[in-house]
Amino acid sequence: MVRLINRPLALFAMIVAGPVLLTAAALVQLPKQLPEIEKGKHANYTEKIPETDVSFDMVAIPGGTFMMGSPKGEAGRQDDEGPQHPVKIRPFWMGKMEVSWDEYDLYWRKNAAKKEEPKTAADKAADAVTRPTPPYADETFGHGREGNPVLCISIHAAMEYCRWLSAKTGKLYRLPTEAEWEWACRAGTTTAFSFGDDSAKLDEFGWFDKNSDEVAHKIGKKKANAWGLFDMHGNVAEWCIDHYDKDYYGTLPLDKPSLSPFKAPSEKRYSYVARGGSWVDPPAMCRSAARRGSSKDWLKRDPQQPQSIWWMTDADFVGFRVVCPVEEQDNLKGLKSKITRESPD
Amino acid sequence: MNSKQAPKPAPSRRAFLATTAASAATVSLGGLPAVHASSSDIIRVGLVGCGGRGTGAAQQCANGGQNVKIWAVGDAFLDRANTAQTTLRQRLGTRAEIPDSRRFVGLNAYQEVIANSDLVILATPPGFRPLHIRAVIEANKNLFTEKPVAVDGPGIRTVLAMHEEANRRGLKVVCGLQRHHQTGYQMSMDKIHSGALGTITSARCYWNQGGLWSRTRTAQMSDLEWQLRNWLYFTWLSGDHIVEQHVHNLDVVNWALQAHPTRCVGMGGRQSRTQAVYGHIFDHFAIEYEYPNNVHVLSMCRQIDGAENNVSEAVTGTKGTWTSRDTPGDPNNYRIRGENAWTFARNRDNDPYQKEHNYLQHCIRQNRQVNDLRYVAESTLTAIMGRMSAYSGRAVTWQDALNSTQNLVPANLAWDMSLPVPPVASGGTQAGMGMGMGG
Repeated sequence: MVRLINRPLALFAMIVAGPVLLTAAALVQLPKQLPEIEKGKHANYTEKIPETDVSFDMVAIPGGTFMMGSPKGEAGRQDDEGPQHPVKIRPFWMGKMEVSWDEYDLYWRKNAAKKEEPKTAADKAADAVTRPTPPYADETFGHGREGNPVLCISIHAAMEYCRWLSAKTGKLYRLPTEAEWEWACRAGTTTAFSFGDDSAKLDEFGWFDKNSDEVAHKIGKKKANAWGLFDMHGNVAEWCIDHYDKDYYGTLPLDKPSLSPFKAPSEKRYSYVARGGSWVDPPAMCRSAARRGSSKDWLKRDPQQPQSIWWMTDADFVGFRVVCPVEEQDNLKGLKSKITRESPD
Repeated sequence: MNSKQAPKPAPSRRAFLATTAASAATVSLGGLPAVHASSSDIIRVGLVGCGGRGTGAAQQCANGGQNVKIWAVGDAFLDRANTAQTTLRQRLGTRAEIPDSRRFVGLNAYQEVIANSDLVILATPPGFRPLHIRAVIEANKNLFTEKPVAVDGPGIRTVLAMHEEANRRGLKVVCGLQRHHQTGYQMSMDKIHSGALGTITSARCYWNQGGLWSRTRTAQMSDLEWQLRNWLYFTWLSGDHIVEQHVHNLDVVNWALQAHPTRCVGMGGRQSRTQAVYGHIFDHFAIEYEYPNNVHVLSMCRQIDGAENNVSEAVTGTKGTWTSRDTPGDPNNYRIRGENAWTFARNRDNDPYQKEHNYLQHCIRQNRQVNDLRYVAESTLTAIMGRMSAYSGRAVTWQDALNSTQNLVPANLAWDMSLPVPPVASGGTQAGMGMGMGG
């Protein structure tokens, strides 16, 4: 990863798709070539969840500036992927893998992570985080547990997991913004996938409709992207913090980079962004820029009212991974899910 | 149907079907009320049992067609009735007309809800279901009843009698075994019933999952209040989880085989959920059912955290095997492997919880016969006989279960009554056998 960051920017200039929407005047305020990748000062680390045998790896993601969204003409592009707009990202760490049941079970299962000994302050803080009610179902919906990505959970559950993990570890964990997710997925590339434009190579990097045998797979079984992240394309789509708004990109400036933009989550249950496509999706939905918004349809088989704010019975294609900001941006400080049982759709 | 509308001469049933212009079906016909409604009549819906499922069913009912209003709610507890009243008003706006005067509370709240409604939703704990079903049918009201419909043989006999009575009265009854309204299951059963598997030789069904919610007893709770609020864990209220939950999967097997079991041998116990808050029910069962033509069916259900999960069904015949969606390792499709290979992808499924209400209202409007009580009673009894076998350690026949005289529901319920928690059944021991067959 470090090797890649240190590559001359000129290398990236060769593969830049071209900021076709920018005027010459606007370019003055932008780096000459995008993406511009800052030299990272932070390093990968492994997080061990205290008092358990479970650990996960965090990958250092450099800060930088890139064109978010896809260029007109990219195969499989949808209208919500444009206009391409420049975005500046601060450095952060991102989970090398999608969060698996091995980690998530420690959070949601009553007593799963507790020990007999007196609790630490961190344990007490973690216990104060709300926890999913038990589902009336096999929460894995037949997709497998050990080593398999969490799925069929809501963005609220993913955000509360992050709060729990933060309290447990003393580090700030949260979901990525949609911009952070795309930046990390692209790993310095401007092509449809982080490995290029040829979807025929997707089989080497991810699980999608044609190679998944219609089931989610254990994490980390395919090749990582250039920054060392696994399963960014396919397997399970991944929750981001942002409300999904198909027109959101059009509200951002085209002539200067937006600093870590995101469409703030609210008390509403829908619609939120899930990125990267999944085992059930065609390659086009697994592209770096492809977007998807959650809908009530993802909870079709929950007959209760209010419906669960934790589980999504019909979203067995959605999971998440965590990020840890090197320095949290002000407008994300203290962010937590506002969704409650009383929340409107 | 709506007594607030001026009665008009009722057309004969044949005439009604012949003319869509008929607008009134509100008066009795030869001593029986007309139980269908023309499209302009308001269907007034009463909800009995204001938990999450009942409130959800009321919402789906309100969304099930035109001119339907949630009109009355009832629950044993004021807080639950209030919550449903508030939630339904918020979610449904003018489709919920539930003034405080039609929000009924107490053990007899069901009577007032039924009296105020054209269509009743029953969603209390299952122990009350036979009593409530009888009250709805005898009041000549159409019915949506949640599953299961009883917890013991006497209750099943009541429901079967009400099946006949509802037919006699032309009442429309749909039950909450929603897989019957789920596209993938409907397509699968069409295939199986048309011979895609050849002659059926065996089947398997599972509801293995983690534990569910529980309610801790507080100092001011009486025996009855605590058991009602924590109803999953008392056999007289839930039937145990094999009845309360696994009935869905057993129902699929009965549906596929177009039969009910003749005999079963089961086992089970309580290995993880042993604390007092979990009452006296089991946390796992495994039953072998015998069906006609020497077809044997494996059934497992479990509510234990951290164990292998599986909620699915499979049916095997001489030409192939059918598996449902959510089958471990192959969760995405309803699938037939074998001579007549076939798949139906999960993303083509509908919302069965909505569809069951659309269908019921369609039948009411079109005066089309629908009465699910027989199959839901048989599927419920299938689960009950499995429980009886596991509790007692003895083989149980269909007739044993159907003719059982042990009524689990206490007579003359009163808030201050003493309701000791029964001992956990222990199949094969003297204690287990003593309380087992009915319990």
